[in-house]
Amino acid sequence: MTPPAPASPDARIDGPALVLRVDDLVVRYGAAVALDGVNLTVARGEMVALIGANGAGKTTLLNTLSGVLTPAAGRIELGGRLAHVPEGRELFADLTVDDNLRLGAWRAPSRDTGPIYDVFPKLRNLAARRAGHLSGGEQQMVAIGRALMAAPDLLAVDELSQGLAPIVVQEIGSHLVRLNEEVGLSVLLVEQNARLALDLCPRAYVLETGRVAEEGPSARLRQEAAVQHAYLGGHVSS
Amino acid sequence: MSALLQYLITGVSRGFLFALLATGFVVIFRVTKVVNFAQGAFVVLGGFIAYSLLAAGVPHGVSEGLAVLATAGIGLVFGAITILGNLTPVAALITTIGLAIASEAIAMLVWGTTPLSFSGLGGTDLHLGHVLVQPQYLLLIGVSLVVLVGLWLVLERTYVGKGLTACASNPYAARLAGINVKRMGLLAFGLGGALGGLGGVLIMPLFPLTYDGDVNLAILGFAAAIVGGLTSPGLALVGGLVFGIAEQLVAGYWSQANETAVALGLMIVLLLWNAYRQRAEQVA
Repeated sequence: MTPPAPASPDARIDGPALVLRVDDLVVRYGAAVALDGVNLTVARGEMVALIGANGAGKTTLLNTLSGVLTPAAGRIELGGRLAHVPEGRELFADLTVDDNLRLGAWRAPSRDTGPIYDVFPKLRNLAARRAGHLSGGEQQMVAIGRALMAAPDLLAVDELSQGLAPIVVQEIGSHLVRLNEEVGLSVLLVEQNARLALDLCPRAYVLETGRVAEEGPSARLRQEAAVQHAYLGGHVSS
Repeated sequence: MSALLQYLITGVSRGFLFALLATGFVVIFRVTKVVNFAQGAFVVLGGFIAYSLLAAGVPHGVSEGLAVLATAGIGLVFGAITILGNLTPVAALITTIGLAIASEAIAMLVWGTTPLSFSGLGGTDLHLGHVLVQPQYLLLIGVSLVVLVGLWLVLERTYVGKGLTACASNPYAARLAGINVKRMGLLAFGLGGALGGLGGVLIMPLFPLTYDGDVNLAILGFAAAIVGGLTSPGLALVGGLVFGIAEQLVAGYWSQANETAVALGLMIVLLLWNAYRQRAEQVA
């Protein structure tokens, strides 16, 4: 039996429809299988949620998409540039907000941070402040802004809501939706907060112990008993 | 009084040498988390290469410049050996000790065991009271100061410098931002090599170097770097000056044989103080 070809994040999708296609992706940590044959697609201009419990493999998937981890098998095809907003923000704490943003453009043609301040006006007055001295919500804006500086076709956001007040999450979420609607930015939103993810994204995947357990329109997934029980506290969303 | 002034001037110039060494430790450690104990080898090799070029008739200035470039290249090679193999920090540290020993062996084979020196900046000695100061001391202090300030400006004000700081601050995030962290590590090793080589070509006209002089230099440079927790170039300069002056005062008023012992004692106190401070921060 021929082993599957290793995934290559640099592979390009033919045609304009998809910005990401993942086929039969397998990732291992030693003998432990973290991702076991994951299939996933994101269309250009689409917002897709990936929900799942702690340890389901969500962050592993994003780290593999961005080349930090090497897959054991499977295929990753990207139809453009991917930018990854990591879990926990992971800012350069001793550098200023403006420096953090500019470093996001390491491989991009422009280091002009003006457009980011247009998206997050609150950051304009904080440009000279050290990133480590910001509130959690402000840090999340910087993390997203830094990723946007790479001029991505697909923005992968890991745990947008982690450690943030609901009103702040709502505000940042609305910025993402606006970017998606106005600029056509594709978004892959990885979240433990399933209610938020299903509200923001029209389509979703449910990841359980390294496998895609469910996939489909968020409206339908919200009605499924298993999803309600595991991720929505048993309540049907209206 | 004139003896004290003499010790201070010599101590400050030695201090700048240690500061160059310590800054090399800091630049490399910040980006790669590797404690490069081959840092002293850059000083010896830089000095010896300049010595050979001068002996071959290459003029002053060019010889020293080429020697610094050569040690930058040696730094890149040491960096490639140390960081491209995904070694653990302990394995990388041991690798740098191995590289230092290999450098000593090569230096001994090529240049022999006799202490070597060459003439430095000519000109009339300056009179400071009853103390005569060779122009080479002023050259060492001036060039070191300019280079250290220049390096600080590069790290603080340029995009590449910010990239180096980003790698030091959060290598994972730097990688996600598209920065090639290993390449930046190689750059850091190249800078460390150049700083060490510069120290070598500046100090050799004042203090002859032997093939095995790297060990003491590495210890004193490391001790100076420890003052800033191996992460602060500014405090590394302070540490270098403290150790340089302390070394000369011990040698002048006590015994030259005790200067390294005193430096090591100071270093142990600093390490204990750092450990205590870190524990206090964790508890807080």
